[in-house]
Amino acid sequence: MTIMIDTGNYIAAKAAVMARPAVVPAYPITPQTTLVEGIANYVKTGEFKGEYICVESEHSAMCACIGASAAGVRTFTGTSSHGLLLMHEMLHWAALARLPIVMCNINRTVGPGWNIWPDENDSISQRDTGWIQFYCSSNQEIFDTVIQAFKLAENEKVLLPVMINYNAFILSHTSMPVEIPKQKEIDDFLSKYKPRWKLDVDNPITFGNIILPADYEKIRKDMQNSSENAKKLIPEIAKEWKKIFGRYHGDLIEKYRCDGAEYILLAMGAIGAESKVAIDNLRKEGLKVGLARVRTFRPFPKEEILKLGKQADLIVIDRNISVGSEGALFSEVKAALYDKSDAKVYGFIAGLGGKDVPYTDIEKICKKSINGKAKDCEWYNLEGV
Amino acid sequence: MAIKDLPDTECVIPGSAACPGCPATLGLRLVFKALGKNSIMVVPACCTAVIESLYPNTSFDIPVMNIAFEAAAAGASGVEAALRQQGKGDTTVVAWAGDGGTYDIGIQALSGALERNTNFIYICYNNQIYSNTGIQRSGATPYAAWTTTTVGGKTEFRKEMGEIIQAHHIPYVAQACVAYPEDLYKKVKKAKSMKGPKYIEILAPCPPGWRFGMEKTVEMGTLAVETGAWALYEYENDKMSFNGKSKLILEGKIKRKPVEEWIKYQGRFGHLFKPEKDVKRIKEIEDHIYQMWERYRSCYL
Ligand SMILES: Cc1ncc(C[n+]2csc(CCOP(=O)(O)OP(=O)(O)O)c2C)c(N)n1
Ligand code: SF4
Repeated sequence: MTIMIDTGNYIAAKAAVMARPAVVPAYPITPQTTLVEGIANYVKTGEFKGEYICVESEHSAMCACIGASAAGVRTFTGTSSHGLLLMHEMLHWAALARLPIVMCNINRTVGPGWNIWPDENDSISQRDTGWIQFYCSSNQEIFDTVIQAFKLAENEKVLLPVMINYNAFILSHTSMPVEIPKQKEIDDFLSKYKPRWKLDVDNPITFGNIILPADYEKIRKDMQNSSENAKKLIPEIAKEWKKIFGRYHGDLIEKYRCDGAEYILLAMGAIGAESKVAIDNLRKEGLKVGLARVRTFRPFPKEEILKLGKQADLIVIDRNISVGSEGALFSEVKAALYDKSDAKVYGFIAGLGGKDVPYTDIEKICKKSINGKAKDCEWYNLEGV
Repeated sequence: MAIKDLPDTECVIPGSAACPGCPATLGLRLVFKALGKNSIMVVPACCTAVIESLYPNTSFDIPVMNIAFEAAAAGASGVEAALRQQGKGDTTVVAWAGDGGTYDIGIQALSGALERNTNFIYICYNNQIYSNTGIQRSGATPYAAWTTTTVGGKTEFRKEMGEIIQAHHIPYVAQACVAYPEDLYKKVKKAKSMKGPKYIEILAPCPPGWRFGMEKTVEMGTLAVETGAWALYEYENDKMSFNGKSKLILEGKIKRKPVEEWIKYQGRFGHLFKPEKDVKRIKEIEDHIYQMWERYRSCYL
């Protein structure tokens, strides 16, 4: 084990290379650039022995991942914001093709106007593509999740691609100390990738030709079943990781000081980390508040959230907005409780376009909810609203 | 070499869902004969996705990966890299796309893959339309041709994809036609023997799309070449050579037939003949072909 002090992107590059993908197609976009540059450096040093394909667009990056994965090898890529949006069609394709591709997405605002700061609307709008979605809150969690993601994606019971999201700059460009296991330990943890099917001249099959409704629906149902399987596997893999490496970031959600809490705050990504400071301060004031940091938006931790809803009222912060509706996490939390819990649920939109959400504001959000002053869904701290 | 000397290999097996007289199927059969079974094909949205027939069956006897419309070259890049990583660099990776997937929506991914020196063969079967979606115009549709989106006839000339590809200076670019099977076979064989990106475009006269009888596919191909509307050539390491009748036309050894000899059989040009002959537009088509050959002569003779 060594300690590496580096930014989220360089840590992700390190993790990706240690997972030994055979093919990494990639295209640069701020704030993901240092991730692909990091991998390019490992090509130079010889630490990365796979194929690094400098494609001409993110769309082609995902297509090349699909081609490589279908031909039977482990693949990785990274993108952000507009790059992720350009991939959209191929995200569906990868998931329906049941290809265990792993990708980092650095959550960045969508234009216009051009804005490179954190905002989760990019990945939230990929919610229905069939990808498993993690949201990380520290560089250590990025490293650990990238490695675990391959194990999860490649499991025969899952075979779905995994997107690891983390906030622009707050994580992508901020250095933190990260424990890096030895290569041998990673190799032992991640066994060699054995594809369930592949393009093979000795067993010629046609993949993805015309399919009639009845068969297509079966594939969709199978994806849904696999996503349910992932719900069970994510905690198992996290437990195994904890046993070997001693680190644990939670299962589908990470609970923080939820014991005896009468109010539980739900948030994702960097706001989830910032919230811990707020919870500590509120607890000091004697307020019974806890935090449930949502780590996986897909599969959605419905059962865990229902448990929280039976214990406490819930306060949800979304760094995204589904225009015409409300924050995506807020909607889904309420849906998880529907008809099964009387908990009150308060929703806040905060931090869009990279607006800072410091712990002091998170404390105010919690207090407003506790004091019964919060509206059904609020735009927190927005002038003129 | 004569047709009877082509290998027996058949990778389009019974059950194909193509129209009768389909030029794409003809092209596929010939291409597979040249490629052999140690090949993997990447197919974007196009008629071929239908020709493959329905899941869970297939009419192709080599591994095929279907991919999105604009994605053939990028998908093939991934397949090629993965094969090399597994020590299977001897397998031929071939992208097989229509003119829509090549000239229009797929041109970016194609240009990228060529520029990256990807070791694969990209084959465009050019039926001069989007036929999968019911005969709409593409960048390859000729001037004045009817399609469902150019109802009075296309108002623009087709682009010269072959010359765009040549500007990438890849090892091999060729134009062929399903009406000349031996020529096509040789070109695919040659491409297979070379490293790096290879591009072959096959003119594919499509009975329902061009509106001619299904027994006339080969004749429409022959006439396209004889009128000079289509040229058979090879561009190898930046050296151009014309083949067959196109060579004779270039060298002035035979005269091009008037284009009218070709278009008069095709319903897509029917409005140029009925109710009365549109002399002006027929001449514009002829002049355009003339200019193309003048350009060929000044560059390559
Ligand atoms: C992104 C996208 N846009 C549009 C389509 C619809 N579409 C499917 S095939 C096709 C036309 C294909 O034309 P071409 O490449 O010339 O092949 P052909 O059908 O003639 O064989 C179109 C427009 C699609 N599948 N994907
Ligand atoms: S429309 Fe034309 S290219 Fe398509 S299957 Fe029919 S004959 Fe072949």
